[in-house]
Order: sequence, then structure tokens, then C-alpha cells
Amino acid sequence: MQDEVEIDQRWSRLMAAAQDGDRGAYVRLLRDILPFIRAVVSRQHRTPDRIEEVVQDVLLSVHRVRHTYDPARPFRHWLAMIARRRSIDALRRRTRLAAFEISDDTAYETFADPAANKAQEVYVAVDGLSEAVATLPAQQREAIELLKLREMSLIEASSASGRSVAALKVNVHRAIKSLRKRMTGA
Amino acid sequence: MSEETAQLIERLAAEARPVTRLRPPALRAASWLIIVAAIIVAAILMFANLAVFAQRARDPKLVYELLGTLLTGAASVLAAFHLSLPDRGRSWALLPLPPLALWIASSGYACYRHWIIFGPTGWELGESAHCLRFILGWSVPLALSLVVVLRRAAPLAPMGVAALGGLGVAAIAAFALQFFHPFDVTFVDLAVHLGAVCIVVLAIAATERLWRPRRASLP
Repeated sequence: MQDEVEIDQRWSRLMAAAQDGDRGAYVRLLRDILPFIRAVVSRQHRTPDRIEEVVQDVLLSVHRVRHTYDPARPFRHWLAMIARRRSIDALRRRTRLAAFEISDDTAYETFADPAANKAQEVYVAVDGLSEAVATLPAQQREAIELLKLREMSLIEASSASGRSVAALKVNVHRAIKSLRKRMTGA
Repeated sequence: MSEETAQLIERLAAEARPVTRLRPPALRAASWLIIVAAIIVAAILMFANLAVFAQRARDPKLVYELLGTLLTGAASVLAAFHLSLPDRGRSWALLPLPPLALWIASSGYACYRHWIIFGPTGWELGESAHCLRFILGWSVPLALSLVVVLRRAAPLAPMGVAALGGLGVAAIAAFALQFFHPFDVTFVDLAVHLGAVCIVVLAIAATERLWRPRRASLP
């Protein structure tokens, strides 16, 4: 009991200093009050993530209304009321959301609709393309890497590889033909 | 402490400038009420027919009505200032109930007596439209000035504060109305008075989102 009074007085002094612009006192206070806020919030919320989210919301509220604290009054009561209010607000928000949202455990699984899997298939296609490029003859692979993957112009690719523009054109044409055949079977 | 929470504390502290503490709520409420009282007294002295009022004031029931409206207004405003602070109990919201009961009872009794004396004319529409305009017309500027001072506290539960503030300004307007209302109220008048009060309370509560200070976000 004596400890609680001392803690309250210390927090009250820190908040009074914070109100006067002492940032060091403010950091100490906000760190000190975290376990107390967490304890209040834990009465309404269970998961650690959720508790941490509400605790942060309480810290923001404390920051916003810090000018309403009267150093002549108990600090813990002031803080507890803010924490309880924010905690209940968060619970109401959650209840409201739950009334309109449905939890679907299979939502992240793939569906028969091809469009649903498009994003995943892009990565699959890229993986397949890399494998196909790796199997090309050296000159064709070099041409496709420089002109298509690194998007160089023919002149740039020519100076980078030391091959003629005509040779690069022929090699990239053959490479694309091979890749199309390999990827689509056409 | 999570990394995010630690960062939040650092950011809040980094932008923590000195703040001006709010004065005690009773003092703030009294300041607002004194200014409003001065305006009402000036308006009464300039525009009210005091001779008619003096004649009506001989009837003690008017005194009860005046007392009921005035105390309801003052109590509601005081309660709104208290409840705008995070650490004040919700029981402050009950403070206006006794004077509100006095107001309704005294007006209701006046209506009943008017009906007994005048019979069916007791149900007629008196100057109700005028009363409605008067209460709404006075309430709007009073409510705006009250909102300005109440929102300084950034109330965490603004709906209750708004409703109490609305009741306060409507009651004060109904008090002032008695000086410009040279007749006894009929049942319809009373209903209109209470209807006007409800409109003011609901309008302020409904627009609470507009005047509520924005919630803090990450700096």
C-alpha cells in the first residue's frame, strides 16, 4: 500500500515535469507505466499482439490528454481511467468488426478460378523461365540475358559481349523460339 | 516491451512540448456561466418586457420554473466540464437530474392548472413556434461557445459530454425564454420546450464527431 502511494507520487512528479516539457522525465514515465497499462488492458484482451496494440493506443491517448492531468490528484486513477476507456473502445471496435466480417480459414488456399492464382503463377512462371534460360546454348543465353533480362540496347549488348549486332539478333531470335517451345510446348 | 512500443515512446517523447494544464473544471464552468449570464442579463434589460414579467413573477410557480431551468443549465454545464476530463466519475452525469425534475414538475403543474382553469384551451397551441425558435436560436451560439471550451480537454467519451452540454445550453435558453414569454405555458408549449431541448441535445451529440479533436496518431 505504501509502495503504491510512493509509485503514484513518483509518476505524478514525472508527469508534472513532462507537462513542463522535460522529455527525459516523460520517457521514464511512459516506460514505468507500461506494466500497469498492460495489466489494465489484459482484463479485456487476451492475445499478446492485441494487448500490445491497445497499450500503444493508450500511450497515444495519454500523450494527447496529458494537459488534463492535475498534479494535485492521483495519477494512477487518471491513467487507469484512460486505459480502461481505450481498452473498452478497442473491444467495441473488435465486436463491431466481428459482426460484419467472417473468419474464413481457407481464404488463403487456392481456388478453381484461374484468376485467383494469378499472382502465385507469376512466380511459378518466372522460376520455369530461369530454368529454361539455363538450358540454352551459351551464345543464346548471353543474348537473351543482355537484351531481354537486363534490357540493354543492341549497341550496348554488342559492346558488352563483343559480338556483332547481327549475331545478337540471330541468337536472341533463336533463344526466344527455343524458350517458347519449352514453356508452351508449341 | 516490444520494439514498436519502444519506438512509439521515443517518438512521443521527442515531440513532447510543454503543455498548459487545464484549470479546475468548476472554475472553467463558472467562467463560462458568468460570461453567459452577463449576456443574458444584458439581453433581458434591453429587450424583455419587465413589467409583464414582474406581474407574472408574483406567482410562485414561475419561480420554481425559473429555478428548475437555471439549475438544470448550470448543473449540466458543470457536469459536462467534469466529464470532459478522464478521471472524473460518471456519476457527474446525474447532477442535472434533480433540477430537471423540478423544471418538468413545475412546468407540468402550470400546464395542469392552466388546463383546469381554461378547459380545452389548455391544449391549444400557444406561442409554441416562437418558443421553439427562441430556444433553438439561443442554443446554437451558446452551444458553439461551449464546444470551443469543452474540446480543449479532448474528452475520451465525447458523446456524454456533448449530450450534457446540449442539455445545459437548452435549459439556459429555456430560462431566458421565461423573460420573453408573457403567458403561462400550455401542455403543447411544455412539449415544445422539451422537444426543443431534445433537438439541441441530439443535434450536439450527433455532430460530436465534427467538433471532436482528432485522435492522436503516430507522430
